[in-house]
Amino acid sequence: MVPMSWYLALGAVLFTIGAVSVIVKRDILSMLLAIELMLNSVNLTLVTFSSYFRELSGQILVFFVMVVAAAEAGVGLAIVVLLFRNRQTVDVDQASMLKL
Amino acid sequence: MLKLIVFSPLVGAALIGLGGRRWSERIIGTVGCATVGLSTVLAFYVFFARLLPLDPEHRLIFEPFYNWIASGRLHADFGFQLDPLSGVYILFVTFVGFWIHVFGVGYMHGDSGYYRFFAYMNLFMFMMLLLVLADNFLLMFVGWEGVGLCSYLLIGHYFTRQYAADAAKKAFIVNRIGDFGFALGIIFIFATFHTIRFAEVMARAAHMPTEALWTMGTLTAICLLLFVGATGKSAQIPLYVWLPDAMAGPTPVSALIHAATMVTAGVYMVARTSQMYTRSLTALFIVALVGGLTAFFAATIALGQDNIKKVLAYSTISQLGYMFMACGAGAFIAGIFHVVTHAFFKALLFLGAGSVIIALHHNEDMRQMGGLKKYMPITYKTFIIAWLAIAGVFPLAGFFSKDEILWRTANSAVLPPGWGRALWLLGVITAILTAIYMTRLVVMTFHGEERFRHGEAGSAAGHHGGPLSPQESPRTMTIPLIVLAVLSVVGGWLGIPEGFSAGTLPNWIEHFLHPAIATVSEGQTTMEPASQGSEIGLALGTLLLVVAALVWAYRFYQRQPLWQPPSVLVHKYWVDEAYDRLFVRPIRAISTVLLWQVFDVRIIDGAVNGTAALVRAGGRALRHIQTGAVRSYVVMIFLGALIVITYFMLAGR
Repeated sequence: MVPMSWYLALGAVLFTIGAVSVIVKRDILSMLLAIELMLNSVNLTLVTFSSYFRELSGQILVFFVMVVAAAEAGVGLAIVVLLFRNRQTVDVDQASMLKL
Repeated sequence: MLKLIVFSPLVGAALIGLGGRRWSERIIGTVGCATVGLSTVLAFYVFFARLLPLDPEHRLIFEPFYNWIASGRLHADFGFQLDPLSGVYILFVTFVGFWIHVFGVGYMHGDSGYYRFFAYMNLFMFMMLLLVLADNFLLMFVGWEGVGLCSYLLIGHYFTRQYAADAAKKAFIVNRIGDFGFALGIIFIFATFHTIRFAEVMARAAHMPTEALWTMGTLTAICLLLFVGATGKSAQIPLYVWLPDAMAGPTPVSALIHAATMVTAGVYMVARTSQMYTRSLTALFIVALVGGLTAFFAATIALGQDNIKKVLAYSTISQLGYMFMACGAGAFIAGIFHVVTHAFFKALLFLGAGSVIIALHHNEDMRQMGGLKKYMPITYKTFIIAWLAIAGVFPLAGFFSKDEILWRTANSAVLPPGWGRALWLLGVITAILTAIYMTRLVVMTFHGEERFRHGEAGSAAGHHGGPLSPQESPRTMTIPLIVLAVLSVVGGWLGIPEGFSAGTLPNWIEHFLHPAIATVSEGQTTMEPASQGSEIGLALGTLLLVVAALVWAYRFYQRQPLWQPPSVLVHKYWVDEAYDRLFVRPIRAISTVLLWQVFDVRIIDGAVNGTAALVRAGGRALRHIQTGAVRSYVVMIFLGALIVITYFMLAGR
């Protein structure tokens, strides 16, 4: 058996990559991808725990997270489409209409 | 019934105050006098039909009214109490008040503030009756403050004149200083006796031991504090300075408030609390001393005044001094007796002066009067009666009351040895001075050369142009004069000492008031009371001195009516100037520089404005968080989440 910590480390690394990407990337689609990455890293962590402690609830929670992620991706992409139609760009820095 | 007596003038004040601006003088005058007249009739009824028939030792009627304050042990109700002392007071307050209101109908004719005058006069009557009929200290204090307020309102009747407005403020503020002492006294009373109803306090005080001279016991402290209030309200040293300036008000106001009623409230209060005073030798001594000194001091100033009302004002202060001297000597009944007789002849003097003032178109300067007896016979004759009464000539009112005071002071059982005689001497000298300055007033006003014919420029009046031709006042003004003159003659017969009549005539007022006021016969005698023989002797001696003074003064002032008095008297010993330097200017300086500029502007305004500035600056700084850029928001969310997670990680340990 591979030690649990390897899986957890992988999850942490993936999460960090996703987090940093959300901040750094300029186009919305990449940000959405990064968010998906973060969610999946959490899924990995949950499954790891569930497997190593023989607890089913972890995997149940994964299902929840996946459903939410899917819904959120759908809504997010809809927003991207609308934004593009209005602004002709996916650059997030151009969407600063709330700036005073 | 007592409620009606008190509230009738209040109704009048409300009606006239609210609707009077559109009413005719006749209606205002009628309503104003009717309410007081009703109180008068009711007062007489209650006195004779309800109080008098009771057993002399138990003449006490309580009329509780309204539960006002019930907080812990403090119970102060709107409740009235009628006993011999308040009975005497309501009789003369309403009666004299009524006639002064009638006089006012004539005096204030044509004045644009006619309705204001009567509204405030009625309000004053309400407050005064409240003061006198109250059954507890707090309600009395309400009336006490209320009469002070009405005094302010009425002195400032001619408020368009700067002098009158200033005088009104001065009266109120000086009074307030006294009221401060009074309020402290009441607090002290409550702390000591746990009640503020007169009956209960006096009953409990009766069991307390007498406090020796120069020891500061509880009763002494209370009595001295209350007396501070009395010096303010009744114009004694050092708080008398408002009364002469109060003459800026209309003359009926001077007659009612500053002669007959309000200023006697201090004496009333001292008599009311006589159970406490008789148990504090220090307080009695201070009261008598202040009274005697004030009587003398004010009499000297009266010699130097040229304004007819100012002479009478200082005369009032002087006579009030007699009343306090009597109370301090333990002769409270004599003091009250003098209150009553003084009300009669002093009101008469003021109303007579008012009659003269109106005839000379509001000129109050005696140097521009003279020879008026020919033109104003009724005014003159009644004034002569008042003159003789105040000088203390037998058989007029002043003789009996003043003599009673002098006699009892000389034989006082509660003053330190020798002081009774000393104050008696001061009183006799003051009586001589009284005779002199009053004669000066009479001669300058009514006798001799008609100086009012010497051109009208420079007088406060003269707005009619042309020569003054003074004439007698209308009946609304002369009838009150006559009524008061009659009372000034017979009023003294209420209290003829039994020594004079060898016991045939009872001393009504003495017997009547005796159960209600503490006397010093309760084991505090320090001296043997002298015999009756010397009472008549003393009275005769004083009478001779007074008559001699009257005759001398009459001759002197007839020859030289415009003789210039010493400057120190004319300037009233420069007391007002001294107060100005010592108190008024420092307080004003502190107020403007320290309190206003430093405290108010810098600290308080600084705090308020500073808070606003702080908020604005904070807002300006925080504004930068809202960049409108999505990515910075992401960073903020991320950082926030980080902080929260870190906290929970660490807090778990």
